[in-house]
Amino acid sequence: MQQQSNTYIILFSVVTTIIFGGLLSFANQGLKSKQQKSIELDTKRQILTAVTDLKGKKGKEILDFYDNTIQSIVIDIDGNPVEKDEEGKPIVAEKVNIGKNYKKPSEERQFPVFIFHKEGDPKAVESYIIPVYGKGLWGPIWGYVALDTDMNTIKGVSFDHKTETPGLGARITTPEITDRFKGKKIFDDKGDLISVSMLKGEKNPEELIDTYHVDGMSGATLTAKGLNEMLASYFKYYSKFLKKSEKQVEGVASL
Amino acid sequence: MSAETVEPVVEKKKAEALFSKRRKKFVNDPLSDDNPISVQVLGICSALAVTTQMAPTLTMAISVTLVMVFSNLIYSLIRNLVPTRVRIIVQLAVIATLVTLVSEVLMAYKYDMYKQLSVFVGLIITNCIVMGRLEAFAQANKPWDSVLDAVGNGMGYSWIILTVAFFREILGSGKFFGWPVFESIGINFPTNGLMVTPVGAFFILGLLIWVQRNKSGYVEH
Repeated sequence: MQQQSNTYIILFSVVTTIIFGGLLSFANQGLKSKQQKSIELDTKRQILTAVTDLKGKKGKEILDFYDNTIQSIVIDIDGNPVEKDEEGKPIVAEKVNIGKNYKKPSEERQFPVFIFHKEGDPKAVESYIIPVYGKGLWGPIWGYVALDTDMNTIKGVSFDHKTETPGLGARITTPEITDRFKGKKIFDDKGDLISVSMLKGEKNPEELIDTYHVDGMSGATLTAKGLNEMLASYFKYYSKFLKKSEKQVEGVASL
Repeated sequence: MSAETVEPVVEKKKAEALFSKRRKKFVNDPLSDDNPISVQVLGICSALAVTTQMAPTLTMAISVTLVMVFSNLIYSLIRNLVPTRVRIIVQLAVIATLVTLVSEVLMAYKYDMYKQLSVFVGLIITNCIVMGRLEAFAQANKPWDSVLDAVGNGMGYSWIILTVAFFREILGSGKFFGWPVFESIGINFPTNGLMVTPVGAFFILGLLIWVQRNKSGYVEH
């Protein structure tokens, strides 16, 4: 067969496609379970990072710590717990895909809540962690916000992103940025939602950085804008649940 | 010096040494006189995009070098089988397969890096340096020569982007591999926001090219 003939070219293309395609699907199948574990570990690590410092903990330790400290529930927009989906299958909060839910109208969404308690003592609740999801500059950004038992003070946050610019918008993942949110509040004294927002530009004067504002990131104003919208919208979605739980907590305190 | 002692042996065996003078050139040339970034001005996109910090830059440098070595090797092995009319598509297929493999492996074992680099790893496919080496070198040379050529070009690419990243990270965020240099020696260093943006990379790259061409006397014709 001549090397420049059409038959040879077609045959050659078919064979290369099969070889390369086979190689890729082989690698994909072989690495799949390992990849899923990485993703699970990453999610659980992120949830925990919002409330605690995981320094020194690795792989299995994180998973064990998660099992000992987190209880999860799923609620709807009115703050009522949901246990089964439309088909009657039980919903697992960790399996709820926030990104997919984001595309649905807010009434139909499932909202997971991760309740962080003292290691091994589910009654000693320390904080409530809610997931957030939104749009950054180039792609999705998401994260977890941990609220104190007063349902108002932020205990900690962790953020992540898909394609924000390294060194600019991607800084939202660093402790340098996430620490700025600690101790901020989301409701005012009357109980109206204010949310927390990031200012424009960095090294803002002290008087601008009040209870409801954090210092911004220079060169990443649009990522910060997306972050603010994300936080405001999710605090709104969860506000009914937060109000309800706040009353419960107060009720317990007054007993 | 070592080349002089090796060469007589080569003639007796009538086979070229693994690192003969001619072959050393494949590795050495792209490091300075024929550098893919600073002389050929290829692969600028990734040189600007990933170089804000040292750590992701190092991963990128290693990934590109690995992809380049293996694609050059594989393509050189099949170079006589590839019909010339579809060679570009075959080259792309080889590179895309390898890049997808790198990305899958990173996802399984280095998930943090995968998240940070996912876009750019994908972009290796369109990195002109990789395809350029296949078309310009592996197409017409034997496998071992092609591997050496890829190593040379990979290292040429790596040292440039690592140098750019070094200056951008230290001037832009005052850090070295994430370690706060100025903070730990107690100097209050004003960081330069420009260095964090792609513009900063242009400045450093421009200065690098200037210094290098001044030394080598290279002029564009």
